[in-house]
Amino acid sequence: MSLLVVRDLARRFGAVVALRSANLAVEPGEIHALLGANGAGKSTLVKILTGVIRPDSGTISLNDRVQDFHTPSQAQRAGIAAVFQDPALVPDLTLAENLRLTDVDATAVRRWLELMELAVDFGEIVADMPLAVLRMLDLARALAREPQILILDEITAALPSDLAERVFLVMREWRERGHAVLFITHRLREVRAVCDRATVLRDGHDVGTLIPSEAGEAAIVDLMLGPAAQGMPGQAAVVDRAAIGGGPRSDTLVLEARDISVGTEVHGVSLAIRAGEIVGVAALEGQGQEELFDALAGRRRRDAGQMLVEGRTLDPRTPFDAIHAGVVLVPADRVQALLPQRSVRENIALPLHNEVREWGPINVPKEGSRIGDAIRRLQIDTRAQRQARRLSGGNQQKVTIARWIANGFKALLLFDPTRGIDVGTKRQIHLLLRQLAGEGAAILFFTSELAEVQLACDRVLVMYEGRFVAEMPAADADEAALLHAMHGLVGTEGAA
Amino acid sequence: MSSVAVTPSPTPFIPAATRRRFLRRNVWGASIYGVLVLLLIVEKIVHPGLEAFDFQTLVIETMPLAFAAMAQASVVLVGGIDLSIGQMMALVNVVGATYLVNADLKQAILASLAIIAGTAVLGALTGLVITVSRVPDIIVTLATSFIWYGLALHVMSTPGGGVGSTEFSDLVNGEIGTWLPEGVVVVAAVLLVVWLPWYRSKLGLSVYALGSDRTAAFLSGVRVARTRIAAYALGGVFAALAGLALLCETLQGDPNSASNFTLNSVAAVVLGGVSLAGGRGGMLGPVAAAFVLNIIGAIMGFLKVNPNYAVVIQGAIVVLVVLLAATLTLRRRT
Repeated sequence: MSLLVVRDLARRFGAVVALRSANLAVEPGEIHALLGANGAGKSTLVKILTGVIRPDSGTISLNDRVQDFHTPSQAQRAGIAAVFQDPALVPDLTLAENLRLTDVDATAVRRWLELMELAVDFGEIVADMPLAVLRMLDLARALAREPQILILDEITAALPSDLAERVFLVMREWRERGHAVLFITHRLREVRAVCDRATVLRDGHDVGTLIPSEAGEAAIVDLMLGPAAQGMPGQAAVVDRAAIGGGPRSDTLVLEARDISVGTEVHGVSLAIRAGEIVGVAALEGQGQEELFDALAGRRRRDAGQMLVEGRTLDPRTPFDAIHAGVVLVPADRVQALLPQRSVRENIALPLHNEVREWGPINVPKEGSRIGDAIRRLQIDTRAQRQARRLSGGNQQKVTIARWIANGFKALLLFDPTRGIDVGTKRQIHLLLRQLAGEGAAILFFTSELAEVQLACDRVLVMYEGRFVAEMPAADADEAALLHAMHGLVGTEGAA
Repeated sequence: MSSVAVTPSPTPFIPAATRRRFLRRNVWGASIYGVLVLLLIVEKIVHPGLEAFDFQTLVIETMPLAFAAMAQASVVLVGGIDLSIGQMMALVNVVGATYLVNADLKQAILASLAIIAGTAVLGALTGLVITVSRVPDIIVTLATSFIWYGLALHVMSTPGGGVGSTEFSDLVNGEIGTWLPEGVVVVAAVLLVVWLPWYRSKLGLSVYALGSDRTAAFLSGVRVARTRIAAYALGGVFAALAGLALLCETLQGDPNSASNFTLNSVAAVVLGGVSLAGGRGGMLGPVAAAFVLNIIGAIMGFLKVNPNYAVVIQGAIVVLVVLLAATLTLRRRT
């Protein structure tokens, strides 16, 4: 008898059909992966299962009883607890108050935190805690509710690998107790390592359920992308790096940083990127990488050090200054960068207005052609283009990149741009970065997914406690080597 | 950063964080009391003859705004805003003046309770319209402000009525000891009897949660509609107290007496450390801010500043204080 059965679930948002007909069966005592490209309907399915939204048609049954959730609390009472991509803890309350708000027993939460080896102060205000810890707290709270099904939506996407391991530990523990875990992730290696079965969604349908350890990653990717994508560039499962090519095209230094320090987070960091070069940055959560990127992009003032763009000193006070000098940032949080209510075109055109004309009306035809080029080049799915917030995560990220392509830039800073994006779109983004580099751009690329370093970068800098502790060519930067360096386990001091 | 005495919630955990949290939540509330004390000293300097009578006048004049600020804070904490508070006060003012003019103390109290219950219902209705229609708070309450004003004009088109029972009006105007006006006790009692239980309840926690992050609160199982409606109902209760306090102060009903209170209540709330985005702040801050706003006026009076300039200076001070506080908060965040 299945624990959870989902039959023919469908849901549309205006003209966009998010879920056409999804089926899913989760057994007790299994870790079940829910997979699919961006826009396949995973998030919608999770939201329906957790009572956040209601389906247009179809049924959910739990232990053979049909359920109709109107609110998240109903789903929780029925035995479904979820950890969402964004932690559902109220920022201005303390952890203890959050637990009281949700009627969760603090002792149970404490037990789970101990199992995850996390020391947390329950009197601390949530807004003061780091994001990675919040995710773990959200997980502990979900477990303390003793759900029959634990749903984890991209929980590992922003977690450093050591914390991700603890999540897997807890998932297995939950399976041992005879409960089920529904696990949503884009990291196929995780699927193979921890999941018993996987159901793949595509275009709002379920297209197959398989056993990941037997089927292999290539089969999963083929299923996710479907026959239509066969033979198209960007669908290959295992990316052949040689096909991408790369390496610096010239000796011109585009972006140079000398001894940059920011607050207590970054201590005297230097780097130099040539035209045509993609330099990766690898680090555990909170090693100063975010502050470094913010300082380079003018989002935050640096306290010391020098920054040069094509040999000219740059001291950006605001992102406007940095953009004018040709240094642009693609942040991890797409919503932060976009105007969610406005159209795709307007979103791309936004920085263009800085440059096209300072005063007077906007030159619409000129703007239009540049935007059109960018959209085509990035293969942005424009079905939902009237409002950027309706786009899937992958397409939103493409829009933030398209914006800079239309605008023009010298150095591109990408901060974990592929977080929570499917493999097909990731591959497209990698190829695009390589093309941009080929045209002479300098690219600095932080990623929390270590496999990407070898896929997209020429060399990688490893950051630890606010300093670069290692530099290696991409060819040597396998995950073992990177992890080693990211934990500070390197003999050499300083790099780049 | 808000209520000073009211804050500590049952958190029998590590004291270091509790202390940090207490400081973070109360630093503004504490500073506004500091400003208040400072201004009292300034007042004493510019007007050496300051005595209990002046203090009592200050309390009497401040009580309507103090309650109006509490009404505004109830709504702002949940993430809303109420532009109808002044007109609601006017409605209460004229209804009260009509029914209290010949009432003894007992009747006056009963009538007041009935009025408070009535405004709670009106507040709840406002909240209901906002949650059901999904029209922004600011628009709905702007619309209701016309309704309340129209009703007030209907009840009493020209100033009239009054308060028959001196014992009742002395709740605002009277004094218990030389330096202890009854109004201070009434405000403290309302905070203890109405606000504290609310703040400590699950409902109060839900209000803060909703104001802080609506999505996270919804996902945490907060009943969004119910909580917002309750917050507006509480706002109605405080607005009634504000209208009654105004009536006791002026001893006359006037439909045009309270139009300034809407925006002054917003000023007091902001000055009192309540985040206009919701979720942060308390009641003690806005109450102190109401006193601060009035004391500034009093000081100008003693300095014989042209009343027109006095208003300009008062506004400038609000901007400066908020600016200062905003810079301090910003600096702490980065």
